[in-house]
Amino acid sequence: MDKFGRPLLGATTKPKLGLSGRNYGRVVYEALKGGLDFVKDDENINSQPFMHWRDRFLYCMEAINKASAATGEVKGHYLNITAATMDEMIERAEFARNLGSIIVMIDLVIGYTAIQTMAKWCRANDMILHLHRAGNSTYSRQKNHGMNFRVICKWMRMAGVDHIHAGTVVGKLEGDPLMIKGFYDVLRETHNPMDLPCGIFFEQDWASLNKVMPVASGGIHAGQMHQLLHHLQLRIYRYG
Amino acid sequence: MMTNYGNRMTQGQFSFLPDLTDEQISAQIKYALENSWAINIEYTDDPHPRNTYWEMYGMPMFDMKDPAGVLMEINECRKTFPQHYIRVMASDATRVRARPRLPCAWPRFFTAWTMCALAN
Repeated sequence: MDKFGRPLLGATTKPKLGLSGRNYGRVVYEALKGGLDFVKDDENINSQPFMHWRDRFLYCMEAINKASAATGEVKGHYLNITAATMDEMIERAEFARNLGSIIVMIDLVIGYTAIQTMAKWCRANDMILHLHRAGNSTYSRQKNHGMNFRVICKWMRMAGVDHIHAGTVVGKLEGDPLMIKGFYDVLRETHNPMDLPCGIFFEQDWASLNKVMPVASGGIHAGQMHQLLHHLQLRIYRYG
Repeated sequence: MMTNYGNRMTQGQFSFLPDLTDEQISAQIKYALENSWAINIEYTDDPHPRNTYWEMYGMPMFDMKDPAGVLMEINECRKTFPQHYIRVMASDATRVRARPRLPCAWPRFFTAWTMCALAN
């Protein structure tokens, strides 16, 4: 990515839904030209009447290429390839690859089998896979049943995604700093010793299993930057 | 073989007409404002027909009600970027039609300017 000395900075295009393809590409273009490294589709933007997926991919790629040429930096946009069936997802992923995108994103709701299939596909096709954890809160924020997000972190690391939303401490979701640090350690370390305050109950040796880049995403804004740096020593931030 | 005889920039709705006068431009802007379309001014130095995203000259004028105000902005853009192509787009924000309706390109070597609109 050729970025030194600072975390990667990204944002999600807002309004989440409703923009036309051309309008959406305009937002992406202005955001990337303005200095962000990545922009991202929101998790529920798949292919809706106001913006079909091919339009989005085409306009966004034009925006990325123009912004990259204007700024001289590597820019990207996470194209959401979540679709109704595996075949459609692969079709969208192939289209993204043919257009020259380096990164695609999927949602957690597609299921573990689909996530692992896409991870293997992306590895074979040299693309980055970003995972949005939409829907994890239905079972990971319950106090009386379900499982904690760190289990999802472990599974997603084993499945082979490259990025995962792993919580901000100061954003709109749950915010226990030690627990979030536990998530980050599960994703980034090669060996997790047992660490009960951080929530790591079992020692885990990851051998050479690929690490996952945690993305701090969840309703944060520029005024919280210093807090994020303090809590998390992050590599990638996302606003919006 | 050069087929764009006369060096006219033929992008947009009115580009195949003779140059529009200021009154005609104001009339078109008034039509756009009456339909509650947001007007946006863009400029570029890259006239490639597939260049979708020109640089924006300020934010879209969502709250502007007066054609004279829009014309003033257009003239400011002319003065600031005398060597660029300029176009005026009107975006229709009704459901499923948030697309530009009335863009016009302004060849830099013409003193009057031409309004044109892309097919939407």
